[in-house]
Amino acid sequence: MSESLASTEQAMDKESAVRDFFARLRRDSEYIAIPVLALAISAAVFSLFLLAVGKSPIEFFQLVERGGFGTAFSIQNTLQRAAPLILTALAVAIPARIGLVMIGGEGALVIGGFTSAAIAIPMLERVPPAPTLIIMALAGALAGGLWVGLAGLLRHARGVNETISSLLLTYIGVAVMNFFVEGALRDLTNPNKPSTKPLGDAYMLGKIPGTDVHWGLAVGIVIALSLHVLMTRTTFGFAARVTGGNPRAAQAQGLPVGKLIVASAAIAGACAGLAGFFEVAAIQGRANASLAAGYGFTGILVSFLARHNPVAIIFVAILFGGIVASGGLVQRRMDLPDATVLVLQGLTFVILLVSETLYGRFEFFRDARGSERT
Amino acid sequence: MTDFRLTRRGFMHSAGAFGATSLLAGTSRPALAAGVTIGIVYVGPRDDFGWNQAHAVAIKSLKNVAGVKAVEEENVPETDACAKSMESMVNLDGANIVLGTSFGYFTPFMVDLAKKYPKVEFRHAAPLWDGSKHPKNLGSYFGYLNQAHYVDGVAAGLSTKSNKLGFVAAKPISSVLSNINSFLLGARKVNPNAVVQVIFTGDWSLPVREAEATNALVDAGCDVITCHVDGPKVVIETAEKRGVKSCGHNASQAPLAPKGFITGAEYKWETIYKIYADKLAKGEPLPNMLAGGYDSDMVQNTPFGAGASEEARKAATAAIADLKAKKPIYVGPLKDNKGNLVIDKAYDNYDPYLDQMNYLLEGVIGSIT
Repeated sequence: MSESLASTEQAMDKESAVRDFFARLRRDSEYIAIPVLALAISAAVFSLFLLAVGKSPIEFFQLVERGGFGTAFSIQNTLQRAAPLILTALAVAIPARIGLVMIGGEGALVIGGFTSAAIAIPMLERVPPAPTLIIMALAGALAGGLWVGLAGLLRHARGVNETISSLLLTYIGVAVMNFFVEGALRDLTNPNKPSTKPLGDAYMLGKIPGTDVHWGLAVGIVIALSLHVLMTRTTFGFAARVTGGNPRAAQAQGLPVGKLIVASAAIAGACAGLAGFFEVAAIQGRANASLAAGYGFTGILVSFLARHNPVAIIFVAILFGGIVASGGLVQRRMDLPDATVLVLQGLTFVILLVSETLYGRFEFFRDARGSERT
Repeated sequence: MTDFRLTRRGFMHSAGAFGATSLLAGTSRPALAAGVTIGIVYVGPRDDFGWNQAHAVAIKSLKNVAGVKAVEEENVPETDACAKSMESMVNLDGANIVLGTSFGYFTPFMVDLAKKYPKVEFRHAAPLWDGSKHPKNLGSYFGYLNQAHYVDGVAAGLSTKSNKLGFVAAKPISSVLSNINSFLLGARKVNPNAVVQVIFTGDWSLPVREAEATNALVDAGCDVITCHVDGPKVVIETAEKRGVKSCGHNASQAPLAPKGFITGAEYKWETIYKIYADKLAKGEPLPNMLAGGYDSDMVQNTPFGAGASEEARKAATAAIADLKAKKPIYVGPLKDNKGNLVIDKAYDNYDPYLDQMNYLLEGVIGSIT
């Protein structure tokens, strides 16, 4: 009697566990369904725009597919363009989890890239490439971390708005780099484009074997996954999310809010600084004005679209990389101006932001919550 | 590694022949059409009334040539984005030649691409190619725009009342200094009292500072303004607004100044691009260095605007004829504006000595330091 009761209870437990699982799945699917819906609406609205200017939407999306994902070259093109965006998006996402809107990734990228190029100059020909590159990467991350960490410190210590200060620090960062690149650290053998001394082929970071994509992509993905673990599975992450939810409550609970804010900002800056290191060590081979190519600003977009989720950032960055990679093909084949892709990006961004208001409004997903209650 | 490089280098030597055969066979790449596909990458918008537009106008003229297809991409920054755009043109459009029009595209991007794609030709619009260290399927092309600035100077010298001409310049590098000095010599040829006042803005594209510089020059009494910046739009529009005359640079700015436009110094990239297309179609090797001035039809002047007097038109037309006949612009003795003798004799218009210019001639008000 008691045995059968226990087994019935067990069976019920199992049944409810399965039901709970599906209920959760149904509830969580909202976080996939709504962005996908938003992307579909963006595509539809953009198609109307194309029709209005007399171009074929079908051709457009075919070209995006071909230019961004359709051939082995296209995929590598996409991944290469996604690489810096993963890191600069993380530079927005981590502070966002603690409730800060930090948009200083561009400045940290420039400062990080410049620092890594500058620190390499005395090491070239004296120190072997591998340790040089490691020191460059650390210096780039440290410089970026200090740069955005400063905005975090100002926020905590003086209550300075971090959005404004991180943005202004970006302009200062670009100016600092230009000051040195056009002055003390200028390579005089390159008269028309002020740059630091080139690293030279031996000191350049190679490609991921078998591909044409540099290591920044692999490192970006590893860092994104690590930060996901940090934010979801550690006390630091928990404390940061509590602070993001309600800083006063967090303070009242005795959480070190100030330290958390500065640390998040520093992690953010280190990510962007590392992106700068890869621009120098894997692509440019020197620091110059081309470092300020806007990756830091595109990263803001990527992070918001990924709802500041480090894992989602990987995919959104690749989607963005693909759109940008195919943008060239669209220009060339359809004779559309470069701004066309910007229209698509802008539309997608606005519609995704609007879609944020839809969470919890669909019966389907709410039913799932209801079933959980019974 | 070394072995690999050696074979690759050997490969590049025969690149021209390879290119020709693959072109005739037309099999190796999924080309859009049989014939020649030219890819071109711009750093800014195609309609900037300046550097990029000058290239785009030339490319447009190629689109009417049978068997030639052109693919263009604008607003491509000097990062790996430019390398990827060019590579995409090679891989997806089957481009036989890729043209890079911005300074920073050259190293490392175009140099690396030329090594990676030995069958494709790469040409860059600044004199950077060096046969001793760069691949043979890479090269440079440019125009001696100072000759057209000289013609501007002739027309301006006869259009000024104050005898003060203003020049808004980006950076004090030799190509810019050569345009300023040539403009002065043109003006002095017809008007010995003319002086040129120059303001350097410090960079290629600083619209706000360019407007300020233009206003400052007009305030200082200049009644003809010209410039050497990437996009002369702001300078020409500001001059027109202030009611003074203007001479253009890079592309045609005539529509921007219906009242005061005199003429302008323009590249004629069309000539160079047609040479490339023609040679590729015939399977002939392309020159690694291609440059010239009026005598090889690689520069031109914008058709005269309302600001040019009859006298100015005549003198400028005569100056163009002189340049076509290779008459030298720099005839010594000439001093710089610090009193040093810098031009001791008559120099041919293509003399390498003139490429090293690092001074402003006497008659130019301004300093390069």
